[in-house]
Amino acid sequence: MGLFDRIKKAFTGEPETPETEKYDAGLEKSRTTFSERLNALFANFRTVDEDFFDDLEEMLIEADVGFQTAVDLTDSLREEVKLQNVKKPQEVAQVIVQKLVDLYGEAGENEDNTLHYADDSQGPTVFLFVGVNGAGKTTTVGKLAHQLKDQGKSVLLAACDTFRAGAIEQLQEWGRRDGVPVVAKEAGSDPASVVFDAVKQAKADNVDVLLVDTAGRLQNKVNLMKELDKIKRVIVRELPEAPQEVLLVLDATTGQNALSQAKQFNETTDISGIVLTKLDGTGKGGIVLAIRNELHVPVKLAGLGEGMDDLQVFDPTKFAYGLFKGLIDDPEK
Amino acid sequence: MAFEGLSERLQKAFSGLRRKGKVTEADVRDSMREIRLALLEADVNFGVVKEFVKNVREKAVGAEVLESLSPAQQIIKIVNDELTATMGEAAVPLNKSPHIPTIIMMVGLQGAGKTTTVGKLSKRLIQQEKARPLLIAADVYRPAAIDQLQVVGKSVGVPVFEMGTDTDPREIVRQGLAQAALQHNDYVIIDTAGRLQIDEKLMTELADIKDIAHPNEILLVVDSMTGQAATDVAKGFDERLDITGVVLTKLDGDTRGGAALSIRKVTGKPIKFIGQGEKMDALDVFYPDRMANRILGMGDMLTLIDKAQQNFDEKQATEMADKIKENTFDFNDFLDQMAQVQSMGPMEDIMKMIPGMANNPAMKNFKMDPKDIAHMKAIVYSMTPAEREQPDLLNPSRRRRLAAGSGRPIVEVNRMIKQFNASKKMMNQMYKGNFQGMEGLMGGGVKGRLGKMAMNSMIKKQKKNKKKRLKHAKNFKS
Repeated sequence: MGLFDRIKKAFTGEPETPETEKYDAGLEKSRTTFSERLNALFANFRTVDEDFFDDLEEMLIEADVGFQTAVDLTDSLREEVKLQNVKKPQEVAQVIVQKLVDLYGEAGENEDNTLHYADDSQGPTVFLFVGVNGAGKTTTVGKLAHQLKDQGKSVLLAACDTFRAGAIEQLQEWGRRDGVPVVAKEAGSDPASVVFDAVKQAKADNVDVLLVDTAGRLQNKVNLMKELDKIKRVIVRELPEAPQEVLLVLDATTGQNALSQAKQFNETTDISGIVLTKLDGTGKGGIVLAIRNELHVPVKLAGLGEGMDDLQVFDPTKFAYGLFKGLIDDPEK
Repeated sequence: MAFEGLSERLQKAFSGLRRKGKVTEADVRDSMREIRLALLEADVNFGVVKEFVKNVREKAVGAEVLESLSPAQQIIKIVNDELTATMGEAAVPLNKSPHIPTIIMMVGLQGAGKTTTVGKLSKRLIQQEKARPLLIAADVYRPAAIDQLQVVGKSVGVPVFEMGTDTDPREIVRQGLAQAALQHNDYVIIDTAGRLQIDEKLMTELADIKDIAHPNEILLVVDSMTGQAATDVAKGFDERLDITGVVLTKLDGDTRGGAALSIRKVTGKPIKFIGQGEKMDALDVFYPDRMANRILGMGDMLTLIDKAQQNFDEKQATEMADKIKENTFDFNDFLDQMAQVQSMGPMEDIMKMIPGMANNPAMKNFKMDPKDIAHMKAIVYSMTPAEREQPDLLNPSRRRRLAAGSGRPIVEVNRMIKQFNASKKMMNQMYKGNFQGMEGLMGGGVKGRLGKMAMNSMIKKQKKNKKKRLKHAKNFKS
C-alpha cells in the first residue's frame, strides 16, 4: 500500500494496518512535536490570514521539508485558499495534505532505490563514496562491507582518503573487523594511484564488490573536486562499466547546504544515489525531498544508528510517512 | 565564503527600498518578508528568525525612520545592529584557569570536526602564548580516532596521552590529568568521541568526565552546515553539560551558516572560534560585529586587515612602503606581495572580503587557481636581477626568453606584465588616497559609499601603521 493511499485512508477514517506501525524506531525522536505544533497552530488562528501562512511556512521549514518546498507549498496554499474561499484553518489542513500528495507523489514515481551490481561478465562492481568532511563516508563503507560479506560476497576496500589524519587506519580497522582486505598506501600519496591499484587487485582476485572510500571535501573547493574527477576517470578507464554506483554520503542534520552539495558533487561525479547518515539524531533529513524534486537523485541507504547493522536500505514511502506522520494523522482532531 | 547568499538576498530586499525617497509601511512589510525568507533559507532557526524580524519591524516602522531622509540606510543600520545583537556583542576570549593547567573539553556530534579543532587550537595556543598543551585521547569508540589525534598532535608538535581503546574514557582522563600535573602542562585539551545529544549513556559519560576534570572551557563543536537541528543539538549539550562556548567549523564551504545566528540566541553561549580550512592554522576568532557586516555585504575589512597584519612581515612592509614612496615598486616586491597575499588564504575568499565584491556579479564565478600564482612566480624567477628592478627593460625578445624559461606561453608572460603594471599603478594610487577609476569596483549607491568608506579607513589605518613603523625605525636608528 502506497503512502498516499494511506493518507487518503486517514481522511476516510479507515483503520491503519499494523505493518505500517513497524517502521518508526529510528525516526521516533524527531517527530514528537510535529502534530502538537500543527494543533497549536490551528488553535491559535481563528481565521486564515498572512500571519497564519507565515507560521505555517515556519512550521514546515522546522519539519525540514526543505526551504523551497515549504515556500512553494505555502504559496500554492495561498492561491488555493483564495480559489476555494476557505476561511477556517481546519479546512486548510485538508488542502495541505492534498498539496503534499501532489508535490511528492509525482516526483517519487519510478524511483529506483536499489543498489546496482555489475553483471558477471563485467568484472567487479565498484561503489564510489563521496561527500563533505565528517558526513560518515568511512563508517558507511565499513558497515556496507560487513553486510555485503554477510551476503556471501567477496569485498575489497580502497583507502583513497590519504589526506585526513588517521583516515587510512580507520578504514583498515574496519577491514579487520569485517575480515575484508584493504588496499592502502601511505598518507599523502595520490588517491588516484590507490584506486588504480585497488581496481587492479580487484580484477586479479576476482572480488565481487570494490568499495572506494574518498577524502571528505567541501563542494566549493575546485581543486579537490578535480581530484575526485580524476579518481573516477581512473576507475572508468580500467573498468568501463564501473562505477556502478557513485554514492553521496549526506549528514541528515545538514540544512539547505545539502542541496548545494548534491548539485556540485553531481556535476563532478554524476552521483547515482544518496546515503543519508545519522538519521537517528534530531536531523530529519527532509532536505533529501528537495534534492529528489530538483535533481531526481534517490536515497539508497540510510544510517539509523552506530551498530554494524544499522545501515539499511532506504524506503522512501516509509521515510515520507515518518516525516509527515503528525500531519497525516491529525487533521481530524 | 559563508553568508554571501544572505547578503545577496538582503541587498536585493533593500534595492527596492533604496530607490524610494520615502518608505511606507507596506514597503517595510515587503522587505521584512525578504529578510525573513533569506534568514530561513540560510538555515537560521525559525524561532530566532521570528523574533529577529519582529524586532526589526518594530524599530523600522517607527515614525523617525519613515520620515528620515534616507530610510533605506536606516533600515540597513537597524538590521545590522540587530544582527550583531543576536550574535553577541563582542568577541569572547578563551576562559583561563587562574592556575595551570587550563582544561578544555571538546564535545559535539560525530563528524563535526572535534579532533581537527583540537589540533588547530593547540597550534594557535603555541603560536600566540608559547603554550605547552597536552592532548588527551578520550575517543575510544570510533575506529582509529586515537591514531587521528596522534597524527594531528605530531603535526603541531604536541604530545598525546592515550591508553588504547580498552580503557574507560573516565579513567583515561583521570590519568591524563595526573600526567599533565606531573609535566606541568599549561593546557590540557580533552578530545571526546562524537555522540548524539539524545544518547543517554554517552551523555552521562561526558557529564562524568566533566565532574572528573572540572574543565574551564567546554567547547561545543558544530558543523556550520547544520540545518534547523543546530539549535536542538546546542540545547541538548548545553542543558546536560552547561557548555561555555561554541566552535563553528567548515565555514570555508559555501554554507550560509545560519547556525551561527541561532546557536548564540538559543543557548546564550558565545561562539568563540570559527574553522575555515583544512590547514592547521585555519582557526579564527569569531567576531560577531564583523560577521554582521559581512552579512550585509559591507565586507569584512577588519578581518582582512587583521589577517594582513598577522601575515605581513613588519620589516618587509616598511621596505615596500619606502619603495612605493619612491615609485620603485618592482618585480621583487610584486613577488613578495603575492607570497603574502597567498599566505592569507585562497584568493577568492580574500577578494570577497572587500566590500562590494561579495555580490558583484563578475565575482560570482571568480575562482583563482593556486597554481596561477606559482606560474607567475615562475615567470618572475626567470628574470635577471636587472629586469626585476627595471621592468621597462622587458622587450619582446626578453619576454620570449621568459616564456621559454618559465615554460609558460608568451601570452601569459604578457598578461602577467600587464597585471604587474596595473598593480603598480594601483599601489601608488591607493597610498595617495586616490580612488579614481576604482569606483566601478565598489558599486554605486549606499553600498558603494559604504565600501569606499571601509576602503578609506583601511588605507588610513595602514598609513598610520606605516608612519608608526617609520617613526619607530628612526628612533631605533638614532
